[in-house]
Amino acid sequence: MEKFTVLKGLVAPLDRANVDTDQIIPKEYLKSIKRTGFADALFAAWRHDPNFILNQPRYKGATILLGRKNFGCGSSREHAPWALIDYGFRCVIAPSFADIFFTNCFKNGLLPVVLREDEVDKLFYDAALPGFNLTVDLESQTVSTADGSKKFRFEVDAFRKYCLLNGLDEIGLTLRHEDKIRAFESRRKTQFPWYF
Amino acid sequence: MPQTLYDKLWDSHVVHVEDDGTTLLYIDRHLVHEVTSPQAYEGLKVAGRKPWRVDSVVATADHNTPTTNWDEGMAGVKDKFAKLQIETLDKNMKEYGAKVYFPYLDKRQGIVHVIGPEQGATLPGMTLVCGDSHTSTHGALGCLAHGIGTSEVEHVLATQTLVTRKMKNMRVNVEGPLGRGVTPKDVVLAIIGRIGTAGGTGCAVEFAGSTIRAMSMEGRMTVCNMAIEAGARAGMVAVDDTTIEYVKGRPFAPRPPLWDSAVAYWKTLKSDPDAKFDREVTLDAREIKPHVTWGTSPEMVTSVDSVVPDPDKEKDSTRREGMERALVYMGLKPRTRITDIKLDKVFIGSCTNSRIEDLRAAAAMVKGRRKAANISVAMVVPGSGVVKAQAEKEGLDRIFRDAGFEWREPGCSMCLGMNPDHLSPGERCASTSNRNFEGRQGEGGRTHLVSPAMAAAAAIAGHFVDIREWR
Ligand code: SF4
Repeated sequence: MEKFTVLKGLVAPLDRANVDTDQIIPKEYLKSIKRTGFADALFAAWRHDPNFILNQPRYKGATILLGRKNFGCGSSREHAPWALIDYGFRCVIAPSFADIFFTNCFKNGLLPVVLREDEVDKLFYDAALPGFNLTVDLESQTVSTADGSKKFRFEVDAFRKYCLLNGLDEIGLTLRHEDKIRAFESRRKTQFPWYF
Repeated sequence: MPQTLYDKLWDSHVVHVEDDGTTLLYIDRHLVHEVTSPQAYEGLKVAGRKPWRVDSVVATADHNTPTTNWDEGMAGVKDKFAKLQIETLDKNMKEYGAKVYFPYLDKRQGIVHVIGPEQGATLPGMTLVCGDSHTSTHGALGCLAHGIGTSEVEHVLATQTLVTRKMKNMRVNVEGPLGRGVTPKDVVLAIIGRIGTAGGTGCAVEFAGSTIRAMSMEGRMTVCNMAIEAGARAGMVAVDDTTIEYVKGRPFAPRPPLWDSAVAYWKTLKSDPDAKFDREVTLDAREIKPHVTWGTSPEMVTSVDSVVPDPDKEKDSTRREGMERALVYMGLKPRTRITDIKLDKVFIGSCTNSRIEDLRAAAAMVKGRRKAANISVAMVVPGSGVVKAQAEKEGLDRIFRDAGFEWREPGCSMCLGMNPDHLSPGERCASTSNRNFEGRQGEGGRTHLVSPAMAAAAAIAGHFVDIREWR
């Protein structure tokens, strides 16, 4: 997994609530057996609309997606973060995320940042201006504007932060506890043999 | 300290806890299907790893398998990408193995969330995961079941654990008898209408109350299936005699002498009387009517005797814009009576409503009638080969066929339209599935979520009807 430390980048505002993963990547694109190659699939149906943000030249090269509440609801498809990453996004900022999507982001080096609704409102206001950039600093857990006029703090679980900062493979980390897993498993097998 | 059902299921699976609460949770059962697993097996291979416990895996191909042309074998799969996924699963199963694999064309193949409980591969007290958000279905059996992403599929394969955090406890109580024509699907749509599609986010939801206790296992599965549409990764129902009766004698269920110890343990799987919930909601079942969604999110739902809402009456601007966009997409005008909405297609199937009870309820509405002329396709897709065989034994296939319905092979089918079954742009469908998102059943397609009986009646009438008045 790619490390995430500090990201400075252009912000693309997606002003819709409840953006579901069927929109992020429609099912027609789920037939691949690979993890990459989904850039064109991102928001494919909405991209038919010439005014859709990703079709506006001013947001070309954006790395930060600004969204509304309950972002990423619906299907568990990890193709959603894969498509966002393939397109070039490294961070999604929203007032709230759906649980499975939120987890899937961390597994792929895409940072989901939860800010308060009023903070997100302010960012949407600013993002209407061309060339609106933000700096997302995972170490200090802050999102700030280039001129320093706004700086918002966000929460992130210590373990997830550690994995992201260091680009660590979670399976490798878990296997450090191999003995514990084996011990647990053999206890369970004795106590509840019908699950084995 | 008194515990909730979720607390008990959680505690009995904790392997290790980090300082920040991140937990390594042991996984008993891992369901695998063709769409979200190829990248996980590929990842295993690249890292030179092997599955930790092969016999925890139960696999099937369901998402993009065709529901016609089974007599042609693999040649019946015309879409070459779908075929590659099905064959990749075959290959991975051959290479890595599983407790049991129901490949495409197998008599027991079907939707992963239908076959787990049906085969007794889902048991009370388990932790169960699958790379599919509707894994919440299995919680109906009193287990902790939820959807995971593909990286997590790989993680569970490699370590038999999940890195996760404890969710909050939420309880939804539904009390009282259900009226005539009101089904578990209507109950869960009413719940989502009340709490919203993010109402259960961050929570494990226990469905409780006399209405839920009176439901069959099939009904409880329908309710838990849609927990995710309320934002809750996991839904669950406490174990009772209905649960135990359901599990008894299924192919992978424990047998004597283990059966008795299993049952003794399962009977403890309920929330303690004074257990604390972070959130609690109560609905009166007597107030629930047959429900129909009118928009592009399951929370955009109303009762059949009502009208399409007017966005102008909505004060919250984000919500109002969402409603306006949904009405444009759905091609509906505010204040249209729900029963005036004309349909083009009807889909009876999906992991929400494709079990034998669902098909019986639909067949009861259809018997001796014909589908309306404006319904181009009315399709019945059983949830599994076992359901299909049972329905045929009862003659339900004849009832549907005689009424002009298509009787298909099992699979996800038009729930998500990855296989050839989908809506064309602008087509309007009464569907017993769980998602009415834009394009879910085909780009530009318009989905109304309803119960099997409501869908069947709509196919006969050509528009929605209030089945409480259906004769
Ligand atoms: S029937 Fe629909 S919701 Fe259920 S598993 Fe298949 S695609 Fe997903």
